[in-house]
Amino acid sequence: MTDGTPSTTGWFAGVDPDDVDAAAERIRTGGADQPEDWPSLAVEQGFATDEDDYYDSLHEASVAAAGAGVRERELADDQQLIHAVRAMDDCERTANELAERVAEWAGSRFADSGTGVEYARELAEHQGGDPADPAEERLVALAGRVADLAEEAEDLRAFVTETTPAVAPNLAAMAGPVLAARLVALAGGLASLAKKPSGTVQVLGAEDALFAHLRGSAPSPKHGVIYTHEYVHGTHPDERGSTARALAGKLTIAARVDHYSGERKPELDAELDERIATIRARTGDDPPTSGGKNGGDGS
Amino acid sequence: MTDLPTGVERRTFDGAERLATRGEPVYGEPTDDEWRAWNPHRSKLGAMLELGMETGLAGGETALYLGAAAGTTVSHVADFAGPTYAVEFAARPLRDLLDAVESRPRLFPLLADARAPEEYAHVVEPVDVIVQDVATRGQAAVAATNARFLRPDGRLLLAVKARSEDVTAAPEAVFEGALDELRETYEIVETARLEPYHGDHLGVVARPDIES
Repeated sequence: MTDGTPSTTGWFAGVDPDDVDAAAERIRTGGADQPEDWPSLAVEQGFATDEDDYYDSLHEASVAAAGAGVRERELADDQQLIHAVRAMDDCERTANELAERVAEWAGSRFADSGTGVEYARELAEHQGGDPADPAEERLVALAGRVADLAEEAEDLRAFVTETTPAVAPNLAAMAGPVLAARLVALAGGLASLAKKPSGTVQVLGAEDALFAHLRGSAPSPKHGVIYTHEYVHGTHPDERGSTARALAGKLTIAARVDHYSGERKPELDAELDERIATIRARTGDDPPTSGGKNGGDGS
Repeated sequence: MTDLPTGVERRTFDGAERLATRGEPVYGEPTDDEWRAWNPHRSKLGAMLELGMETGLAGGETALYLGAAAGTTVSHVADFAGPTYAVEFAARPLRDLLDAVESRPRLFPLLADARAPEEYAHVVEPVDVIVQDVATRGQAAVAATNARFLRPDGRLLLAVKARSEDVTAAPEAVFEGALDELRETYEIVETARLEPYHGDHLGVVARPDIES
């Protein structure tokens, strides 16, 4: 970062005036507490011959720094996010399935056997040392794989949580990063999510129910994956259709802002909070807690 | 009507008199020779000038622009001002801003968070004017923490967006709250609502409060 340079050091300190990359790097990663008369200092320190020369160098370096920063941020792209959130779901689902197998097998051997990923983790830790027979060796090894898969799922979740705000800042803030990533994945990308009507976003992830409805054999689904958002599942069942519609409407706008402008617009969250409070007031539910970031993550 | 800064003129485009600066067009605005129209509906500073606010701008000053976005306004500022530092935190609009920067050798783009001036104080020199148009909560706090860049005789030209602070509160209440917070660091010179150009926006001209 600032590698311990004093806070009165400008971006040009110690930089070769002809080395634009080094200068750009200092602009991106450096810092100072207070501004100084940098143009005069640069001339005094021999970085520039005069003020015009200084500004020419600064222009070149600042354009290079901004370009590099933009490219780096945009590399955090939606397709990588889609792979990550799908891998996270695969790891969680597979870990749970295998944990059931471990529980069933262990039940045939140990009186105190339990269930779930947590039990598989315990089994892997405590029975690892000295297996009684070859079957137990295989069982404990399988339990270890379950624990590893569950850990990978957690790491993937952390990656998704960290990456989504860079890809879709408004959507991530409103839906929570994991639900936002799921919506992007279900739509096949941020661009296609931004082009979907709000009614489609409302039932993304409920395709089975939607097609059953279209065949005439079921009521229309009120919500798809957005059910995991606190604003939907935390609302009285009579009003969930209304909150799902309101949430889907704002999520659609958020996705469009993220795709077409990329600027953060906190007022969108606030408008949604206000709308949900109005709907919930009808059934006397508690108004939402602030922010709308308490969306579930569907685990 | 106060004087316009040198480099900003009223010129006729398609039969209507409009503000204009000299420079390469940036956002599809009408042009007339080397002049290009400055649309006050798309620029809060443009609206402040159109409304005759006491911006104190004379032309040629050093400027720090917070919330530069794709460069609609900051490109006009760079046309009439001196060295202009453009701070923007979002990558996508900054990419568009880079196009406007190409033909403006004294416009410096900075991908940085206006709430964290330590990230760019090693680049930005003390300036004559800060123009702020950030759509985030805590707009007064952004102005306060960036006061370190303003020369003692400098001006802050701020557009407060009520809906960025609180969509449920009355805009007047939001503006009062923001002005109270600003008074801890600045002396307010003038305020005006930016209607009809921008709904629920307050234009503010302020100068550093030397005593604080």
